[in-house]
Amino acid sequence: MDKFNEAGIRPVAISVDTPEESRDLAQKAGYTFPFLSDRNAEVIRRYDLVHAGAGASGQDIARPAEFLLDTSGTVRWINLTENYWVRARPEQVLEVANLLEK
Amino acid sequence: MNIKRLNWPLWVGFVLTLAAFLTYFFVFVWFPVTRDFPWANLVIFLIAGVLLFMGVRRGFTSEGPHRTRSKIVSSIVATLGLVVFALFVFTIFVVGRWLPASKGAPQVGQRAPDFTLPDTSGKPVSLNELLTTPVNGRAPKGVLLVFYRGYW
Repeated sequence: MDKFNEAGIRPVAISVDTPEESRDLAQKAGYTFPFLSDRNAEVIRRYDLVHAGAGASGQDIARPAEFLLDTSGTVRWINLTENYWVRARPEQVLEVANLLEK
Repeated sequence: MNIKRLNWPLWVGFVLTLAAFLTYFFVFVWFPVTRDFPWANLVIFLIAGVLLFMGVRRGFTSEGPHRTRSKIVSSIVATLGLVVFALFVFTIFVVGRWLPASKGAPQVGQRAPDFTLPDTSGKPVSLNELLTTPVNGRAPKGVLLVFYRGYW
């Protein structure tokens, strides 16, 4: 986490969880970066990341995905895992982040 | 029950298969090294498999009044162990791949679609704010959007 801070990268977590659920999760894990709540998966849909009906009671949720944006909002790196047990590692992201310009 | 008659490899093997299954979700999933490829769990399954095999052999070569029972019990327990293993492989390697292709997701070089969403205190936050609010007292170099399944 501190390494992201040092690198000037702001992680932002997005899911269909309520703000309360996200707050609990962030507190438990000790995360201080923003957790955003996309209840109706509208943004998730705009990013084409909807995993239809995959929620516990059949609701649409996000598939795991990571996007690194530069400050102009341009996508610089993407990770769309093919297996949801496999996720991007912080080192991978930091490596790419170091290539971003100031 | 006499310890000599107890088919310990069978039962230890069975308990290990359950452990191999459950430890992935409760322990190993938290560490990238053991999460991305569940080798630690496969090792436990392998040990469990050897024990189950020993248990079945023991069940089938046992003498004494309960030999039919020990054959049946060892066969059933070993089969259950195999089912647990199959379920594990299915969950990790098959179910894990049931993901949408997301062909329409933003590509490298494209502008990330704008959004505004509530944070944990319910305050709306826009992508633009995320891109401009200082990180560590300096202008940010970038933003990492992490979409996750959530706990629904």
